Amino acid sequence: MRADVVVIGAGVVGAAIAYGLATRNVRVLAIDGGDRDFRAANANFGLVWQQGKGLDMPAYQQLTRGSVELWPNFSAELADASAIDVHYDRSGGLSICLSEAEFETQRTTLLRLHNQLGGAEADWEMLDRSALVRLLPTVEFGPDVVGASYGPDDGQTNPLRLLSALHAGLLRRGGALRGGSTVHAVHSDGSGGFTIEFGSERVSAARVVIAAGLGSKALAAQVGLDIPIRPQRGQILVTERLAPFLPIPMQGLRQTREGTVMIGSTRDDPGFDNSTTVEAGAWLSARALRRVPALRDTMLVRQWAGLRVLTPDEYPIYAESQSHPGAFVAVCHSGVTLAAAHAALLAEAIAAGRLPPSLDAFHQRRFDVPQAA
Amino acid sequence: MFRKLHEPEAGALTIDIDGVPAMAEPGESVAAVLLRQAEPWSRLTPVSQSKRAPYCMMGVCFDCLADVDGIASVQTCLRPVCDGMRVARQIGKRTIGS
Repeated sequence: MRADVVVIGAGVVGAAIAYGLATRNVRVLAIDGGDRDFRAANANFGLVWQQGKGLDMPAYQQLTRGSVELWPNFSAELADASAIDVHYDRSGGLSICLSEAEFETQRTTLLRLHNQLGGAEADWEMLDRSALVRLLPTVEFGPDVVGASYGPDDGQTNPLRLLSALHAGLLRRGGALRGGSTVHAVHSDGSGGFTIEFGSERVSAARVVIAAGLGSKALAAQVGLDIPIRPQRGQILVTERLAPFLPIPMQGLRQTREGTVMIGSTRDDPGFDNSTTVEAGAWLSARALRRVPALRDTMLVRQWAGLRVLTPDEYPIYAESQSHPGAFVAVCHSGVTLAAAHAALLAEAIAAGRLPPSLDAFHQRRFDVPQAA
Repeated sequence: MFRKLHEPEAGALTIDIDGVPAMAEPGESVAAVLLRQAEPWSRLTPVSQSKRAPYCMMGVCFDCLADVDGIASVQTCLRPVCDGMRVARQIGKRTIGS
């Protein structure tokens, strides 16, 4: 078997890159792992979001904004390629503040982000409670809600539909996808290309992209890339289907197009453990009720957990190996928001064989700086 | 569709189903009473608005959801009747706060 590019991992990151390569007529094979692997793509909350992201890393703020900008076209083209509607709404997004202190912290954060970006017009605003009520007259907010920040470009999608659409789009654009196949070895083939081994099979490729989420560390080490990543657990609740009442998603609370309400999400670090906990369910419920008390009697139908893929500064790693040119790694949190950028500029770069200067800041060498004593 | 094998004894209760009084016995579930009605269905589904009636009668299938005393999405197979209870068949998606 031969391919121009093999992408290891077909979660939302690998699948977006592979889909982007296929749309550029690159002969691409995406190799996906087993059903029981840790799959952040299957546990995602589904926000397409820029508000509040990228503090102290302007390159990430730029990347996120660029991706959000691309999302309307990206989702339309993906629907065309896959015949799957990913339920994307650029509805705007809210970050609810439950105290005046929270409100001020949020304002300060957004202001700092804005100043770090430089030049651009402010595209967010702080809403006091009455402005929030005017924006969402169908929602009865809890008494602790003092206001919110509002980002008009933020929005939401159905992450499971997104993943299916990327897989279908990849196939329909001429790419190949192998499921249930855990890659155990990647090495140089001695003539500038790579051999990728999975099960008892092997495939040759001119280039290889490691986008295997938490499985990326071990694979990247085989091509001379040491990437520091760790799991962080996040838990989410989902309710029964309700008549539409929440047209604008909030951080941690959104209504899907089907009517269910998703309530997220927690952060803790139990290692490679994606079990759910009663404590998290209680905490999430209580937090949602402070925002929208009328959810009180609503039935929860499911709780799940997923593992985020985090680097030490929680920003992505995009890098090409120095010792193995042609081997790339792409790992990140926020694979849904970044999917449009991954399918465009990252796929373009990998097709061209080198990462652009705009992605320099994401090389994992940023973690190599010796720690001060 | 269904009928009781015996006549309800003295002490029978009355519940209200969509405005129609229905006889019930202490200890039986709301779903059991629904199944004895001329219209035995409990809800219309949120997606296709098709009819569903109590099915598993043991808290598993969620087809018997209805509004009981103002609270929607109650599993009526798990809810014993009481006198004067008001039951409304649930139509499509529940509304927040109901």
